[in-house]
Amino acid sequence: MHSDPAEVQKSIRTYLMVGAALFVFTGITVGANRLQLAIPAAITVALLIATFKGSMVASVFMHLSHEKKWIYGCLLLTVVFWVALIFIPLFTTMDTIGTPNASQRAVPTEHSTMER
Amino acid sequence: MNIPYTVEARPDTGLHNGKLGIWLFLASEVMLFGALFSAYIILRTGSVEWPRGELNIWLGMANTFILIGSSVTMVLAWASLKLRNWAKHRLYLMLTAGLAIVFLINKYFEYSEHLTKGEGPWHSTFFGIYFTLTGLHGLHIIGGVIVMLYFLGPGAKLWERNPDQFANRIEITGLYWHFVDLVWIFLFPVLYLL
Repeated sequence: MHSDPAEVQKSIRTYLMVGAALFVFTGITVGANRLQLAIPAAITVALLIATFKGSMVASVFMHLSHEKKWIYGCLLLTVVFWVALIFIPLFTTMDTIGTPNASQRAVPTEHSTMER
Repeated sequence: MNIPYTVEARPDTGLHNGKLGIWLFLASEVMLFGALFSAYIILRTGSVEWPRGELNIWLGMANTFILIGSSVTMVLAWASLKLRNWAKHRLYLMLTAGLAIVFLINKYFEYSEHLTKGEGPWHSTFFGIYFTLTGLHGLHIIGGVIVMLYFLGPGAKLWERNPDQFANRIEITGLYWHFVDLVWIFLFPVLYLL
């Protein structure tokens, strides 16, 4: 993080440029969605752009590109737990993904067809 | 009692206490939203079909622009303080709070439209996770607005007594605000586009 006023003055231009880039990438995200790509491709493109935008916010606006090691350490630990949080529950259900559950197979009711 | 390390950095961490505190808080927030994103992935991959086009993309896109704009004004509010420009700081902080309120108004109209059509959280799994994720995010926006209004009102007096501590508080508010923006950057494509 900059504390020197001259450095801060220089950073303002960077903030404005990153803001403009974020606007452009939001437009690209919506534009890519209009292309009607196949769902796996659409998910990949949208999440890649979102990750790029998120990393710009984190590195420039949140000053993560030049922070102290304690903050990096704290975030590294968060990433480890976050990955576990996202993937471990997925592994437990992977064998049944895309398969309707037993009750839906047995009695297709009006209620179950509304459940999407 | 004087709380130490509100302005100067602690010798061991190289950070003032508030900054380390907000990063630890943001780490817990990552886990909170991470748990909900995890729930979303399981619900989506476990469902036979998933609705697309249920939400107004243009309203979601407008709200994305609004939040990105508010992130820019927030970082400029902090930079203005570092440059000792109080008037500009007030202007940018007011703009940030104003944009956040516009975001909430848009969200109100969006929620109203769905609720009048009977598309509440009870309607389907999709709307259940949509209202949970955006509702929690909306609560974070409201929290941010309250903090900004405090620093525009009674909290502003600190600037006269201790300008460096005030600048640190605005920096911490900014870190929280950018995180709220960052969450929306992922929520928008996940809920509105995919």
